[in-house]
Amino acid sequence: MTIRRADAGATPAAAGGWQPSQIERERRAYRRSRSLRSAVIASLSTLLVVTVAGVLITHSAGWPRVSQTFFDWHKAQESFPSVLRGLWLNIRILLFCSVAITVLGLTLAVMRTLRGPVFFPLRLFAAAYTDLFRGLPLLLVIFLLGFGVPALRLQGLPQDMVIWGGLAIVLSYSAYVAEVFRAGIESVHPSQRAAARSLGLNHAQTMRFVVLPQAVRRVLPPLLNDFVSLQKDSGLIAVLGVVDAIRAAQISTDIDFNFTPYVVAGFLFVCLTIPTTRITDHLARKHGWYGAGPGGGRI
Amino acid sequence: MRSRVLPALAVVAGAAALAACGSSSSSSSNSTGSTTAASCAVDQLALVHKGQLTVGTDQPAYPPWFVDNAPSNGKGYESAVAYAIAKQMGFTPAQLKWVKVTFNVAISPAVKNFDFDVNQVSISDKRRKAVDFSSGYYDVRQAVISYKGSKLDGVHTLAGVAAAHLGAQVGTTSYQAIVDQIKPKSAPAVFDSNDLAVQALKNHAIDGIVVDVPTAFYMVAAQVDHGIIVGQLPKAGGQQEQFGAVLDKGSKLTPCVTKAVDALRANGTLDRLQTRWLSSQGAPELK
Repeated sequence: MTIRRADAGATPAAAGGWQPSQIERERRAYRRSRSLRSAVIASLSTLLVVTVAGVLITHSAGWPRVSQTFFDWHKAQESFPSVLRGLWLNIRILLFCSVAITVLGLTLAVMRTLRGPVFFPLRLFAAAYTDLFRGLPLLLVIFLLGFGVPALRLQGLPQDMVIWGGLAIVLSYSAYVAEVFRAGIESVHPSQRAAARSLGLNHAQTMRFVVLPQAVRRVLPPLLNDFVSLQKDSGLIAVLGVVDAIRAAQISTDIDFNFTPYVVAGFLFVCLTIPTTRITDHLARKHGWYGAGPGGGRI
Repeated sequence: MRSRVLPALAVVAGAAALAACGSSSSSSSNSTGSTTAASCAVDQLALVHKGQLTVGTDQPAYPPWFVDNAPSNGKGYESAVAYAIAKQMGFTPAQLKWVKVTFNVAISPAVKNFDFDVNQVSISDKRRKAVDFSSGYYDVRQAVISYKGSKLDGVHTLAGVAAAHLGAQVGTTSYQAIVDQIKPKSAPAVFDSNDLAVQALKNHAIDGIVVDVPTAFYMVAAQVDHGIIVGQLPKAGGQQEQFGAVLDKGSKLTPCVTKAVDALRANGTLDRLQTRWLSSQGAPELK
């Protein structure tokens, strides 16, 4: 900023300021020309690749049929309301499950990082839990809970399949999220812990005020990954008979064998994902969560 | 089981097509154009693999359409029909090869690895925009099944059925029948397969399943404990729904398969095979 002001100043003497040397100005001009050159080359190569790909695809023999099957505007309009209604189920599952997953995942991670022999059963439980539910395919967990548990015919259990499906998602995802949290907790340098304890904080306080804030900050990008992944996996509970966005698209597709509704669903999912990512990036930068790494999460 | 379809045909075009399909005359009723009879000679057919007829169906293949999940044993209605079509076209049974084709592959615009596919796919004009169909080899009706002591036990009316929580396989005519004909008070449950729907019914998570009549009889006999047939639905808009063989859009084989199916219908083979493999009698009609 100061440099520009100096450049803009009428005369060096009047501004009474420093002016870059001839050599420095040449360097700057050179750098500007190089970056301009890079930008032009990048634009041209992007344009070329997109054009070639576009021409290859649209001139292929099957393109008319593909475009008709996947990108039919009328079919898109026709299926949009039902797909959107299905998406509402995904969003509700996403909201409820993500809260439950965060709580359960964090609890498991803290359990697993407890020290002292007396906590061995807790550590064992947390380790066994994460091993089991990361290993089990989510679909199996959904089947077991959605079709298996109601088959027990116990009184008082919920009949709503959405609840069982949501529970299965929480069980499975919290195992992944627990490991992400644990990685964060273990990445905090031991000196931080030692310093906190030497200041008189007990274990709980050390975790709450020193370790977890740093840990969570560091694992925010992978947590967001899991969140985005959950948006789409939430649709897996459709196997239990409920209609999510993808199932709504499937129903619409099977009417006339036109796959456009899936593209509509995909578009809506992307619309859901992009703002989430951008908002989190924005918050993270604002609060300096990403540290001093280059780019700071920018594209 | 996979009578996936939409009966909501354009009324005029649908009526015309069905009038053609339903007739037992031997003339080709396909809308994709006709070819001369000479091109249906075995050595002149445009086959995926030369010298053999490649027929697709999904795995598992369900009774009563197939038996023991083995299409090549010739047992079950669709397996028997496929062999009958092959014979009619001039192939020996040994020349008929089965391939596993999932429903989504059969209906996709991708290159097909089968000559035709039999998978309880219902014919509709909307679907004709994406694939070819032979003429229909089975006239389908939809039925509601349930279990003894359920909400549907003793129900004889569509209005009574509409008060129950129903399920169906995704994208089937059965599902469309729930939405269009029954118009239930609660949103129907939609399952990937009839097996999952049966499991939900066993768990009493749903009160009833809507499926085609032969599958309904199979389900109450073999799959659902204390299963009952509640009744069959009236024809949708007076139109007869049919299962047809699926072929690639614009396939040169379509008129030949249609010709074979029409011949089998005319000479009574289809009726005979239905009597042998499908039980569909005695389901009371819902009013």
